[in-house]
Amino acid sequence: MSALDPREELAQRLGLARVPPPRFESPAEVQKLLAENDYLSDESIASVTYLADRLAKPVLIEGPAGTGKTALARAVADSVGARLIRLQCYEGLDESKALYEWNYRKQLLRIQAGRPEGAGTEEWHHLEEDIFAEEFMLTRPLLEAISATDPVVLLIDEVDRVELETEALMLEILSEYQVSIPELGTIRAKQIPMVFLTSNNTRELSEALKRRCLYLYVGYPSIERERDIILSRVPGISSALAEQIAAVVRSLRTIDLKKARTLVVLGREEIGDEDAAATLHILLKYQSDIERATKELFGRSRPVA
Amino acid sequence: MLNLLGEFIGELRAAGIPVSMSEHVDAARAVEVIDLANRSMVRATLAATLVKDGDHLPVFHAAFEVFFALRSIESVEDLLNEASNAERESSEGASGASGPGQGRGQGGGSGLSANELAEHLFRALLNGDAEALRFGASEAVSRYAGMEPGRPVGGTYYLYRTLRNLELDELAQRLLESGRHDHGGELAERLAREEVTARIEQLKAEIEREIRERLVEDRGSRALAKSVRKPLPEDLDVMHANRDEMAQLERALRPLSRKLAVRLARKRRRRRRGPVDLRHTVRRSLSTGGVPIDLRFKPPRPAKPEIFVIADVSGSVASFARFTLHLVHAISSQFSKVRSFVFVDGLDEVTALFEGAEDPADAVARINAEADVIAFDGHSDYGRALVSFHDRFAKDLTKRSTVLILGDARNNYHQAHAEVLADLHYRAKAVYWLNPEPTSYWNSGDSIVNQYAPYCERVIECRTLRQLEAFVGELA
Repeated sequence: MSALDPREELAQRLGLARVPPPRFESPAEVQKLLAENDYLSDESIASVTYLADRLAKPVLIEGPAGTGKTALARAVADSVGARLIRLQCYEGLDESKALYEWNYRKQLLRIQAGRPEGAGTEEWHHLEEDIFAEEFMLTRPLLEAISATDPVVLLIDEVDRVELETEALMLEILSEYQVSIPELGTIRAKQIPMVFLTSNNTRELSEALKRRCLYLYVGYPSIERERDIILSRVPGISSALAEQIAAVVRSLRTIDLKKARTLVVLGREEIGDEDAAATLHILLKYQSDIERATKELFGRSRPVA
Repeated sequence: MLNLLGEFIGELRAAGIPVSMSEHVDAARAVEVIDLANRSMVRATLAATLVKDGDHLPVFHAAFEVFFALRSIESVEDLLNEASNAERESSEGASGASGPGQGRGQGGGSGLSANELAEHLFRALLNGDAEALRFGASEAVSRYAGMEPGRPVGGTYYLYRTLRNLELDELAQRLLESGRHDHGGELAERLAREEVTARIEQLKAEIEREIRERLVEDRGSRALAKSVRKPLPEDLDVMHANRDEMAQLERALRPLSRKLAVRLARKRRRRRRGPVDLRHTVRRSLSTGGVPIDLRFKPPRPAKPEIFVIADVSGSVASFARFTLHLVHAISSQFSKVRSFVFVDGLDEVTALFEGAEDPADAVARINAEADVIAFDGHSDYGRALVSFHDRFAKDLTKRSTVLILGDARNNYHQAHAEVLADLHYRAKAVYWLNPEPTSYWNSGDSIVNQYAPYCERVIECRTLRQLEAFVGELA
C-alpha cells in the first residue's frame, strides 16, 4: 500500500509546484462548513464531497428535481471560498460554447492592422503565430475553470441534456484536468479544481463519463432532514410547524404524483385541513395532481382555491 | 481489506452491476483515505466509487449488508490493528444463546419475558429510540426466530417467524392510540398513521438486519450473498415477479419509457439529412455572390410506423401485456398511430382508453375493468381472438402497419387458426410475436408457438424489461 496519494500524483502530472492541501479535514468538517452556508447535508453527501476533494475526482450527482443538486455545488464553492464557474448544458451545446472559440473578428482586425505593403512569407508566418495566441481566444466555462489561478468550483449542470458526442468533450477535463487545443497545445490546470456534474437522468450517460466520476445519488431527504432544511430556509418558523410540513410533504410523495416539491411558507402555528388544502397548489404543479392529492389526503374531493 | 473489497466487487458483478477495473482501483484508493471504523462512511464511499446508477443502489445495499455486516467490519479493524470497539459484545452473547424457541414463552437468552419485550419495543418505537430498538430487535430474534446453525433456510423464513410472534398490527394500533390527539382532521390522522407505519418499518428493517448478521456469522458472506442476491429491476422475470418485484418493475418502467422516448426522438432528429432545399440554398448563395457554396438540406422526415398491439391479458401473462402496452403507448409519439387490442377468448379494442389518459399507467389499470375480453369460458383462445381481429380490423392493416402479438401462445388446446395469421402477415408490413416464456418452454404442453412462427417476422423471447426495451427501441 505504498501508492502515491491521488492528489500528489495529479499535481505531479499537472506539473504543479506544490501539492495543494486538501480542502477538508474530514466528512464531519464538510458537513459543518456546508451547514454554515445554509446547506444541510447528510452523511453520504458529506462523505462523497470529502472524497471528491481527497481523490481529486469529479462528482456526478443524480436525483429527482429540486433535491438540491445544483445547490450543493454552490454551497461547496461558498464554503471553500472559491469562485463558481457554471456550464449550463442544453441540446446542441458544442465545443465553441463549452470549451473555447477563436475570436475571429479580433484576428481579422489584427491581420488588417498589421499588414505592411508587400510583406513576405516570413512576415506571414509571424502573423500566423501571433493570431493563434491566447490573446485571441474566447475562453468558455470549461477552459476558464482549467486556466483559472484563483480557487474555482466547476459546475456542469444537467449534463444529460447534451448529445453523446459533446459529452466526450468533457472526458479529457474530467480525468486529466487538461484541455488540448490544436493550435496551442495542451493547457493544464494550474490548480486542482473541484468539479460537480448534475444530471436529471433523462438519458443514460456514457460509461466513460460515469467511470471518471464519483457517483452521488441525492434522493428526497429523510423527514428529520427535511424539517431542518425548512427550519433553516424559512426564518421564524416554529419547529412544530416545520415538522408538520415535512410530514405532509412525505405523505404527498407516497401518492403517485407527477411532481412534488418542498418548501411552504405559512403564517400559521399549525396546519389544519383547510390550510393544507389551500396551499397544495404551491407544492404541486399539475391540476390533476392537486385533485388526486386532495382526495387522498382529505378523503374527499374538494375544489382548491 | 483489499481481499474483502475484491470479493465484494465480485458479488456486485455477479448481481449484474458493471464494475470496471478503474472503479475497483478508485474504491481501493478511497478506502485508504477514510475512517474504516465508520460503517456508513465506508458504505457511502463504496457506493460513490462502484455504483454509477441510482437503480442499482438497492442491490448494492443488499450486498453491502451481507459483506460488511457490523461484525465483519470489526474483524477488518482487528486486521488493521486498530482498537476494536466492544459495543456489540452484548448482542454477540445473545446470539450464541439463541435457543430453538418453539413459539412464545420459550427459549430466549435474556431475562425479558414476552410481555416485557413487547413493552420494550412499544416504548422504543414511541420515543423513536434507535438504540433501544436495536436491542429489542436482537431480543426478538433470539426469542422467536428459532435459528439453528447450519440450517439451510433463507432469511425470510426467520423473519416471518419473528414477525408473526411480535404481533405488529397490535403494536401499531397501540402506537396510533397513544399518539392520538382529539383535534385535527383526517389529514392529521393520515399523517399519524404514516408515522406509525414508518416506525414499524424501521423495526422490521432492524430485525431483518439482525437475522442477516447472524446468518453471515453462520454461513459466511459469500454463501449468503449468493442466496439473498436480488436481480436488477430490468432483469426481473416479468411473468414470475412477486408483489414486491412487481412494484419495483412498475417503478422502473416509468423512467425507462421516458429515456427510451428521448433516445428515439434524438435518433430520429439526427438521422441523415433529407433532400437539398433549393429555396434555402439560393438564399444562402446571395452572400457568396450567387454561387451556391453552402448547400442546405430539408430536415429528414422518416416515415413513422403504425403499430397494432394485440395482447393476451389472461391471468398468466397479464402483467407482461400491461408492461408492453404501457411502454408502447409511452413512446406513442414515435409512431404515427398506435392501436391496442386485448383478448382472452374474445377481443376488444382499447385504444380509446389510452387516448383519453395522460398517463399510460391509468389506462392500463382501466383495461381490466372496462375491456370486454371474455366471450366463453375465460381461458385464452388465440385462434378465436385472431379470427375475431381478422373479421373486424384486418381491413385497417396496410403495408405501413406493424403487428405485435403478445402472449405465450398457450392455446388451451383450442384450434390454432394459423391461416388467419398468414393473411394478417400478408396484409401488414411485419408481424412480431413477443413471448414472455423462456425459449426452452416453447412448444411444450399446449404452447403452439411453432404453428404461428412461420407467419411472423420473428418470435422473440421477452422475459425482462431489458429485453422488452431493446425490442421496442428497435421497432421505432
